[in-house]
Amino acid sequence: MSDQPEMIRVEAVSKSFTLHNQGSVRLPVFRDVNFSVRAGEVLVLAGASGAGKSSLLRILYGNYLPSSGRIEIRHDGEMVDIASALPRTILEVRRRTLGFVSQFLRVIPRVSALDIVRDPLLARGLDPAEATERAGAMLARLNLPERLWTLAPATFSGGEQQRVNIARSFVDPSPVMLIDEPTASLDARNRDVVVELIAEARSHGSAIVGIFHDETVRERVATRWLDITNFRAAADAA
Amino acid sequence: MNALVSPNALTGTLRPILSVRSVSRFYGERIGCADVSFDLWPGEVLGIVGESGSGKSTLLRCLSGIDRPDAGEVLFEATPGADFLEIFDLPEQDRRHLMRTAWGIVHQNPRDGLRMNVSAGGNVGERLMDRGDRHYGRIREAAADWLTRVEIEAARIDDQPRQFSGGMQQRLQIARVLVSNPRLVFMDEPTGGLDVSVQARLLDLLRVLVRDLGLAAIIVTHDLAVARLLTDRLMVMKDGRVVEAGLTDQVLDDPQHAYTQLLTSAVLAV
Ligand SMILES: Nc1ncnc2c1ncn2[C@@H]1O[C@H](COP(=O)(O)OP(=O)(O)OP(=O)(O)O)[C@@H](O)[C@H]1O
Ligand SMILES: Nc1ncnc2c1ncn2[C@@H]1O[C@H](COP(=O)(O)OP(=O)(O)O)[C@@H](O)[C@H]1O
Ligand SMILES: [Mg+2]
Ligand SMILES: [Mg+2]
Repeated sequence: MSDQPEMIRVEAVSKSFTLHNQGSVRLPVFRDVNFSVRAGEVLVLAGASGAGKSSLLRILYGNYLPSSGRIEIRHDGEMVDIASALPRTILEVRRRTLGFVSQFLRVIPRVSALDIVRDPLLARGLDPAEATERAGAMLARLNLPERLWTLAPATFSGGEQQRVNIARSFVDPSPVMLIDEPTASLDARNRDVVVELIAEARSHGSAIVGIFHDETVRERVATRWLDITNFRAAADAA
Repeated sequence: MNALVSPNALTGTLRPILSVRSVSRFYGERIGCADVSFDLWPGEVLGIVGESGSGKSTLLRCLSGIDRPDAGEVLFEATPGADFLEIFDLPEQDRRHLMRTAWGIVHQNPRDGLRMNVSAGGNVGERLMDRGDRHYGRIREAAADWLTRVEIEAARIDDQPRQFSGGMQQRLQIARVLVSNPRLVFMDEPTGGLDVSVQARLLDLLRVLVRDLGLAAIIVTHDLAVARLLTDRLMVMKDGRVVEAGLTDQVLDDPQHAYTQLLTSAVLAV
């Protein structure tokens, strides 16, 4: 494994929130987090609710700002610091290198499930017919009834929306994938599919950082663990 | 500027299409907007958000050549690789021409952007004539094509805008702006006076068009959900000044400034 390239390098990352309109209270979350993830690894984030797992994952994606530190992602063979990159650089890194799988699908009005899943393939320049075929195959694999494919997911159940979201993320796995509780509202059969998809992405060389509620899922996918409570920041006066 | 910079570094997406430097505009003692600077890159969609009176429209009017700023520069790359033009250094007539061809302006009120006594087809075709096209058949065909793209039946090409609903008028305005293939589009509250279902349809249309055409755009809105859906980057304005700027989802999900935190917490879910 150690011959694989480092895809993520996190250096001295700290995070606190300042709530300006609630008495400027400062909420320290974690401090001085360091780790790296190589291609083909699945790093599972552990720690109690509120420890900062999702915050860390969002920082890696550029969705939250770290209070300090660097987040380097390998993009086109070069390390890009997400913490200081321009918005257009972050968007470009997301388009081709960095994927985020959340628990919730952000529904776009009037766009069908199939189009949602096709979209990342088209954005990467795939031929539309091939994109449609691969998107359909992925939805079928996640057991989404074919009659739903052409409908906009606004009216879908939670688990159906979640599967559309997973299909979109895994139809063409990114070199770096960040996963936040993807199996929360899935039944056992679909949970197994997600575990398989993660294993496949890993074997294709994706570097993965994930949060999984389900302990058996966690055990099955993890190659390494990071307990975020080890980096708890004191509510100091800093 | 620097003789050592390779020419390649100055072309293509390596250079902003619009460079805004310390733009200010005052209404007497009152600040309209103050000291606004940013670069916009080809294909980038920038949102400007802030409460009513924060200076969004004032800034947009300066950037789009409608009002002259009291200080600062607005530099525009009219064609890829061309020298930057300081738009307010241009003779009035050249600036007007640029405004009709190289960029487009979508007004909040369609009446400000349409000719109400000219047919739908005429509204769209006029922009092609501004660009020098004189072939009637081709112009009419392009107009019909654009009406369809904004989801207006081509059969209504000879109707006047006053016969259209508010949402249709706004879509017609968008067709009129986009038909001339602008590099940069300015929109002030494009979904402003429309009811929610009409807004959703227009937003989806804008989202698809902006992406397919690779347009650079600046969109003023006070609706954070609109900003989330349409924009890559956000600038948050308060009292005429930019208080926070960054990647749209970052500014909305982890706002740093007290005012942005207030704006985002005032909305249930964006
Ligand atoms: N945008 C935000 N603004 C302010 N505080 C936030 C924000 N996001 C998270 N927090 C706070 O940061 C802390 C860490 O939250 P986070 O969601 O990262 O925890 P988690 O480990 O993922 O928890 P869970 O297991 O419950 O999902 C919490 O105290 C949370 O309230
Ligand atoms: N033509 C004008 N004359 C005088 N004051 C103006 C004029 N236009 C705008 N203002 C003032 O400038 C400030 C910014 O207004 P505006 O740009 O319209 O804000 P927004 O579009 O964000 O609502 C406000 O205080 C407004 O009252
Ligand atoms: Mg969480
Ligand atoms: Mg306004």
